[in-house]
Amino acid sequence: MSSDLHHLDISAASAGLRGGKFSSRELVKSCLNQIQKHNSGINAFLTLNEHALEEADQADINLPLGGIPMAIKDNFLTQGLRTTASSKVLDNYIPQYDSTVVEKLKKAGAIILGKTNMDAWAHGSSTETSDYGPTLNPWNTGHLPGGSSGGSAAAVRADMCTFAIGSETAGSIRQPAAWCGITGFKPTYGRISRYGVIAMASSTDSPGPLTKTAVDASTITSLLAGKDPSDATTIPGNYQKILPKNGKKLKIGVAVEYLLPQMKDEVKKLIREAAGVLLRLGMSVEDISLMDPNYSVGVYTIVQRSEVSSNLARYDGIRYGLDRSHFGEEAKRRIMLGTYTLSSGYYDQYYQKALKVRTMIIEDFNRAFRQVDLVIGATSPGPALKVGASRNQPMFGEMEDILVEPSSIAGLTGISVPCGFVDGLPIGLQIIGPQGGEESVFRVALEYQSAVDWHLARPSLT
Amino acid sequence: MKYVPVLGFEVHIELATKSKMFCGCPADHFGKSPNTQTCPVCLGLPGALPVPNSRAIEWCIKLGLALNCEVNLFSKFDRKNYFYPDLPKGYQISQYDLPFCKQGFLDLSSGKRIQITRVHMEEDTGKLQHAVINDGEKVTLVDFNRSGVPLVEVVTEPDFSNTQETSEFLKELQQIVRVLKISSADMEKGSMRLEANISVRPENQSGLPEYKVEIKNVNSFRFIKKAVEFEILRQTRILESGASPVQETRGFNESKGETFSQRTKEEADDYRYFPEPDIPPFSFEVDKIKEWQSQLPVLPIQNRLELMEKYGLSASNAYIISSNDTMRTIFIRAAEIGEIAAKTLADFLVNKKYGTRFPDSPSELIKLVKSANSVQSEESVLLPVVSEIIAQNPEAVASFKSGKQQSIGFLIGQVRRRLPDADPSATQKLIMDNLSGKSS
Ligand SMILES: [Zn+2]
Repeated sequence: MSSDLHHLDISAASAGLRGGKFSSRELVKSCLNQIQKHNSGINAFLTLNEHALEEADQADINLPLGGIPMAIKDNFLTQGLRTTASSKVLDNYIPQYDSTVVEKLKKAGAIILGKTNMDAWAHGSSTETSDYGPTLNPWNTGHLPGGSSGGSAAAVRADMCTFAIGSETAGSIRQPAAWCGITGFKPTYGRISRYGVIAMASSTDSPGPLTKTAVDASTITSLLAGKDPSDATTIPGNYQKILPKNGKKLKIGVAVEYLLPQMKDEVKKLIREAAGVLLRLGMSVEDISLMDPNYSVGVYTIVQRSEVSSNLARYDGIRYGLDRSHFGEEAKRRIMLGTYTLSSGYYDQYYQKALKVRTMIIEDFNRAFRQVDLVIGATSPGPALKVGASRNQPMFGEMEDILVEPSSIAGLTGISVPCGFVDGLPIGLQIIGPQGGEESVFRVALEYQSAVDWHLARPSLT
Repeated sequence: MKYVPVLGFEVHIELATKSKMFCGCPADHFGKSPNTQTCPVCLGLPGALPVPNSRAIEWCIKLGLALNCEVNLFSKFDRKNYFYPDLPKGYQISQYDLPFCKQGFLDLSSGKRIQITRVHMEEDTGKLQHAVINDGEKVTLVDFNRSGVPLVEVVTEPDFSNTQETSEFLKELQQIVRVLKISSADMEKGSMRLEANISVRPENQSGLPEYKVEIKNVNSFRFIKKAVEFEILRQTRILESGASPVQETRGFNESKGETFSQRTKEEADDYRYFPEPDIPPFSFEVDKIKEWQSQLPVLPIQNRLELMEKYGLSASNAYIISSNDTMRTIFIRAAEIGEIAAKTLADFLVNKKYGTRFPDSPSELIKLVKSANSVQSEESVLLPVVSEIIAQNPEAVASFKSGKQQSIGFLIGQVRRRLPDADPSATQKLIMDNLSGKSS
């Protein structure tokens, strides 16, 4: 039993700890062994917490996450533990304070194992833009894990931790979750505090969990959600509970525009199969039409680059970190594009227009959510791409994230759950709900995972 | 050709709130040891987020209301992007197209109206200190205690014609801020900062000139007046010589009494403003604005109007008396007693006839005015002047003697020009006595 402790999800690990079947130290040790064995091959962790075992010894297992080992994406500030956002600019940066998410996790008793790799500054969907080398996909190390929370997704799938925290600006949780075959949840914008998260695109950044099951994602979300006096954009309240199974009959819409022409038939088939599962579970399923997701790519690119150009201005190397010469290609490209789109004369043409289209996208979703309760589709056009796929492709992320950008721009909630394999690599099903629709998103994800076992598959690591 | 100045102001006022604009650090930074009042937010550390100070916003809007502004019911913050070592985030949180308040005005004592373009909220920057350390190494140090202190910016239209108007406006603004108790508006401490925008155009030409000179970092009313006057003259001379002044920022050398070039602007700055995504926009209820309006204290202009309308004072006397709370209170209470005409009381106060010690009470003021006036009704004071006036005005004397009674009024007037406080009836009696030969 104890040799496979790292396989456990949060529910099982907590039950084991509280039932006295094993100690937090054993659980943490099991994950650390996994990291020791496989991190050199996968490169999921950038920095390890040297005190993890001591903290495990002192863990209060009666706390909600007491003694549970977990990983944190390296753009969340951790007091005293190096935080780089995978950029050499912050190579030596030791934060003076904890992000709200980290503070809440510590209070809930979680044991932080370390910080996970990501695209530098979260700029990307491959983890290839990390200044510390790419993370590789645990299913096939010739492939990418997705990004930007690629390190967190790979760490969970490689059983290096019980769960991980990531952040999503447009797909950065759901897309790597899909490529690595785990559950990734993006809450409504403002549901979880951004305080202490190195800002990428402030108006869409949303922290969220990467987990082995939808139940775990709901557990973590309920612990992290809520108004934060340090983040003016957080929304009050939590979601109450996951909707009960015997509640109202849910109407599911399959977004036909999200079954892209360039998409592999096998992917489309898996989405239709997943819709069939939901139908058998007693939900109604119908095809619906949404605005062409290509429009979202344009809007997202402009808004995100603009905000990036401003958010990265503070990294001047005067007070902390290294100087600007350490910025990578992708960051420089985004700063330049964002500076351009905000320049006088261009602002109306780009940023203002993007905001107008953003409003139209929100209205389009509002219309869809009058017709159905939730929208489903593929998380990503296909399975994980090969290492090197993002190189020299500035719009790589946008094209891979095309199916998650619209809901991000609209601030919606959504989840990606594994729904099958193509070419031996996992495919993700995304379930999108309206703002504040966490209760029904989780209900559908839970019911789906009670009917299938795609989320239980794990790669054999070599 | 005659040239006239085109003159407007930008005034920054640091609010005296307990905490800073976007974090919990104390806002009172004056004289505190460097970098002792900072936190991740006002240091611009990674991940830190601004949370707006609602008291500061209330105060900004109240100042706008006191300046007769319209309040934008929908408003927001914007980022003003630029690099400077005292600006830790690489942008300043300010307001761009939707300031909290817009389109107000302030009336001068002459009745001239100065238009207020906008009153908006922003955050102050840190402070640079140039120093020499250790072995003579020259360094620039940054103190972030001031970083993030709430700052209100009041922008006027270029409506001023001269420095008399600017001085009155600026003093009035300072008074309003103090009456509202939102800032000490102390210029020496930098809690009120003035920036003048000056250009000069030919009188017969309308529209704005193609250049604009900003005068910055002048920290007293007296010096800004001197700087503006110097600048008007300097620019006029350049224009008269056929050249055009350059667009630039100038400082003021207090000892030389001259402005000097600090930075020329080849092009307009591009601050790449965009809506601050970390702070949701604001919607204000009309009732809330009405409530704030109703909470405004009595403003200097209202005091002035009261003095003019109720007590019949001239605009300039009303301005002087209302500028001083003690003077105003004593004046009103003494006038209410009714023993002495309000105008006489006002003249007495404005001309400082009380001497070196200001009267403690209305009754003391009345006593002082009476005794002062009684001096002027004393023959020993009046007679020499009366005799002299009679001697100097033989025509009026002749006219009086020929029966034109109104000529006596002219003579009394002449005496009172010399002795403004001469008691009219005592003077008349002395003149009559003199002309009828009763006097010795
Ligand atoms: Zn602070």
